[in-house]
Amino acid sequence: MPVLHLIARTVFATGLAVGLMAQSLPPSLPTGLGAPADEKGTVPTLPPGLGSPAAARADPADSERGFTVPFGLTGFIEARLGARIVDDGTQKSLSIAETRLQLERDFYTPHAAFRLVGDVVLDSVENDLNLDLQRGRGFLDLREANAVARPFSFLDVKAGRQILTWGVGDLVFINDLFPKDFRAFFIGRDNEYLKAPSDAVRISAFSDAANLDVVYTPRLNADRFIDGSRLSYFNRSLGGITGQNAIITAETPHTWFSDDEIAARLHRNVGGWELAAYGYHGFWKAPEGARADGRPFYPRLSVVGASLRGPLEGGIVTTEVGNYFSHDDADGTNPLIRNGETRFLIGYEKEIATELTAAGQYYVEILSDFSALKQNLTSGQAAPDRARHVLTLRMTQLLFNQNLMLSAFNFWSPNEEDGHLRFRATYKLSDAWQIESGGNFFYGRKENTFFGQLQDNTNLFFGVRRSF
Amino acid sequence: MTRPFLIFPLVVLLSIALVPKLAEAAPDVQEIVDRASAAAYYQGRDGRAAVRMSILDSQGRERTRDFIIMRSDLDDVDNGEQRFYVFFDRPADVNRTAFLVWKNPDADDDRWLYLPALDLVKRIAPSDERTSFVGSHFFYEDVSGRGPREDNHVLEEETDIYYIVRSTPKESGTAEFTSYRNWIHKATFIPVKTEYYDEAGETYRTYTANAVEVIDGYPTVVQSSMEDRRIGGETKMSYSKVKYDLDLPEEIFTERYLRTPPRRLLR
Repeated sequence: MPVLHLIARTVFATGLAVGLMAQSLPPSLPTGLGAPADEKGTVPTLPPGLGSPAAARADPADSERGFTVPFGLTGFIEARLGARIVDDGTQKSLSIAETRLQLERDFYTPHAAFRLVGDVVLDSVENDLNLDLQRGRGFLDLREANAVARPFSFLDVKAGRQILTWGVGDLVFINDLFPKDFRAFFIGRDNEYLKAPSDAVRISAFSDAANLDVVYTPRLNADRFIDGSRLSYFNRSLGGITGQNAIITAETPHTWFSDDEIAARLHRNVGGWELAAYGYHGFWKAPEGARADGRPFYPRLSVVGASLRGPLEGGIVTTEVGNYFSHDDADGTNPLIRNGETRFLIGYEKEIATELTAAGQYYVEILSDFSALKQNLTSGQAAPDRARHVLTLRMTQLLFNQNLMLSAFNFWSPNEEDGHLRFRATYKLSDAWQIESGGNFFYGRKENTFFGQLQDNTNLFFGVRRSF
Repeated sequence: MTRPFLIFPLVVLLSIALVPKLAEAAPDVQEIVDRASAAAYYQGRDGRAAVRMSILDSQGRERTRDFIIMRSDLDDVDNGEQRFYVFFDRPADVNRTAFLVWKNPDADDDRWLYLPALDLVKRIAPSDERTSFVGSHFFYEDVSGRGPREDNHVLEEETDIYYIVRSTPKESGTAEFTSYRNWIHKATFIPVKTEYYDEAGETYRTYTANAVEVIDGYPTVVQSSMEDRRIGGETKMSYSKVKYDLDLPEEIFTERYLRTPPRRLLR
């Protein structure tokens, strides 16, 4: 009783004083205060727990979660539709037309955590009913099926099908030689599908001095590269852009434990700076070589590199370098096999206005044995530039309480005079529903450059997704 | 045997002489603000809570965010460096997304976001601390704390219950408010209400602590809300499963645990 009296008196007295001092202040009492607003009520009443006994409160975790799927499954269902906006006589005009159900489930035992993620896909463009989990064809795309264990406190082991990423580039990869799905990336699937799954064992050891990751892939996990089946490309032997009329069928290394890949990363932080060194031994991730009879194959490849990422002048600076050793063309004299190269990037990202972030990168690939290559070109084979320079620019704007995201990403090569513009608008109608629209524009003066060869694939798409 | 008898009257005398003085003398305003910041953001050596955010837009539509937040104070120093680990559970499209912050009071925070579908550890450019945290009405700064030395503070008033402190940014133009006023509970130093004023002196943004519980000996705000008239609507936050002094290992706040969530601590 005396306490209440004291509170009331104080509320009145300070309210009056405050009111006199700053008459422009509206005497609003915020919701949830529990006490009725008096005329000078800017002074808060004490919340339960400070002035009055704490009230029993419902655990928010127990409250209604809305629609949930049985068996602890989570995921989404989505539909995507897109079309080419340029003529391509060798492809369907629909670039994407699919319904996708992703289901995921985690299981835990005292010694390990298990995870399963799979997509059931009805793809009206490819209409491929033959299941190929390795290449991601057919009605099922198994994204993850792995177990994580910690045999020692300093060691994590993750085995099975998993998504793997490292390196500091933004949509530019130097030391990340884990499989990519460029088809998904260019036709307007969600960004997560740029990463194709690996069937691998990842061993991570941690110490104060440095951390080491080793990823062993017992059989090559190649990129889901552009082979003409869905996206058109420049075919050197035919001398033009081709699609379904010249689908690449490569010799794919398939022997377990000999056609394998090993990748390692040694990394540590120094203050806010992240330092890493990388190594890789395996294959080029796409058939970058051709046999004498013209049959494409995957040449052997090793890479060593390093990266650095940290804060600078209110932004984030990134840099990465990698040296590619093309073993099947060690001296660079075989024009049918991709030359070794040095890759380098430097980038900077900064928030330039509220909810608007800009990021730029300079990226270059420099051929290791350019003169050897030039001297050994076959007749009629065009000489490449010694270096391919690329500038990227990303702009991301969040609007309407971060429910609308507008983003644009442009790759542009000044020396190859080509590029690729990606843009997207994603709107979250609610926590569950999301709509997305976007496009992939490919441009170039020539048909045989990296992005220029994709110019018949320019497309627009629309998608709707329900998460659960 | 004799010494306690000698000391006892001395203590009594000193107490009589000192106690009323201590009670009367208001602490220095900077000390009040420092203690309020410590009470709001630095209780215990470390802590963990399950948080539910309910975001109501101006038309009353609700969005929710469920996440676990873990926090550790480096060397247990109040208002010093901190590490935060945030693990999202809901909504479904951000499930398993993890967010790591190394808070540096005197420099930009270091922030990382882990996107599980891509296994991508993304470094996030330092942003204006006064932008929305996950689309709510709370700003990053409201979640991790505004530096007590970023503003000039004036103790405008003192009631039996509150210190009422007005704070004005030392560098004008660094925040969207002209000043703000904090009602700091004298007994616990918990900020019970904060009003943000625009150039006309109008309140456009109000923080309210709606419920406090003493957990592991620390008074803790377990329900709060932020209303923002410029944005429209409000966000309510409730904390559950709060625990302090868990001796969280420092390595929780590293890339290792972004990629492999510390399952035991997230339950």
